[in-house]
Amino acid sequence: MELKTKIKAEDGKQDLTITREFDLPVELLFKAHAEPALIEQWMSNPYATSKMVKFEGKKHGSYQQESTDANGKVVFKGSGVFHEFIPNKKITRTFEMENAPLGVQLELITFEKLTDNTSKLTTHTIYESVAVRDQLLKMPFAQGLSMAHDRIQEIMSKLK
Amino acid sequence: MNLRRDVFQAISDPTRRAILVLVASQAMTAGAIASNFDTARPTVSKHLQILTECKLLEQEQSGREVYYNINTNKMKEIADFIEPFRKMWDDRYNKLESVMKKYKPDKIK
Repeated sequence: MELKTKIKAEDGKQDLTITREFDLPVELLFKAHAEPALIEQWMSNPYATSKMVKFEGKKHGSYQQESTDANGKVVFKGSGVFHEFIPNKKITRTFEMENAPLGVQLELITFEKLTDNTSKLTTHTIYESVAVRDQLLKMPFAQGLSMAHDRIQEIMSKLK
Repeated sequence: MNLRRDVFQAISDPTRRAILVLVASQAMTAGAIASNFDTARPTVSKHLQILTECKLLEQEQSGREVYYNINTNKMKEIADFIEPFRKMWDDRYNKLESVMKKYKPDKIK
C-alpha cells in the first residue's frame, strides 16, 4: 500500500520536510493540532499513551508533553514554545526531547486548504546539525520493526 | 589503513553523488568518469575507492579495462532506511484522519 506521507530529507542537510494530504477540511486538520485532547488521541499508540501536561496554543505560549507505557511509567518527555499560532494557517514552534542529546529543533507547520474537504499539512523541521537529523531519522529503526508491525495491525483493526 | 566506511557518509559528498548519477546511466571506466569533473584524477580515484568500499559501486573487468557499475541493491538500502520513520508518521497521520472524521462538523469554530 502506498504511503500518503512523503518525506524529503536531502543528504548532508540538517532539515527535513514531511508532507501529507488529508481527507479533512483544513479547519479540522488545524483543530487536531490545536486541542490537547485531540493531539493526545492521535499521538498515542498501544505502547505509549501521550499526554499534554501543558498546552498554551498562542504566540509566546508553551507546551509540555509526556508519554507513558502500559505500566504508567513515563518513557518520553518533550517541550517547546510557540512562536506563531495562526488558526488554519501556520504553527511555528520549538521542540526539545528531555534527557536526550538531540538539541532543540524548530518546526514550521503549515496548513493549506486544497478543496472544501481536503487539506495539506507541511512540516518543515530544522535540527541543530546534520548528525542529529540523521540520528533521529534512524530512531524508529531501533524500536524494532516487529513492534511497528504489531502497532499497525492494532491501529488498523480499530478503524472501522 | 582502511577505516570502516559508512554508506551515508559516502553519499554526503556532492562529487560522489554526481559520480553515482553518472554511473547510474551506464557502466564507465575511471578515466571516462574523471573526464566529467574538473577535479584532479587522483581525487576522483579516491572517491571511486570509497564508493566501491561501501559497495555502492562494483568493479567489472572487461578486457584490459575496469568498468564501474552501480549496485542497485545497495542504493535501495539507502532509500529504505528512511521508511520506518515515514511509516511512523504515516501511522500517526492516519490516526489523526480517523479521529477527526469522527468529529461532528458542527463542532468547528
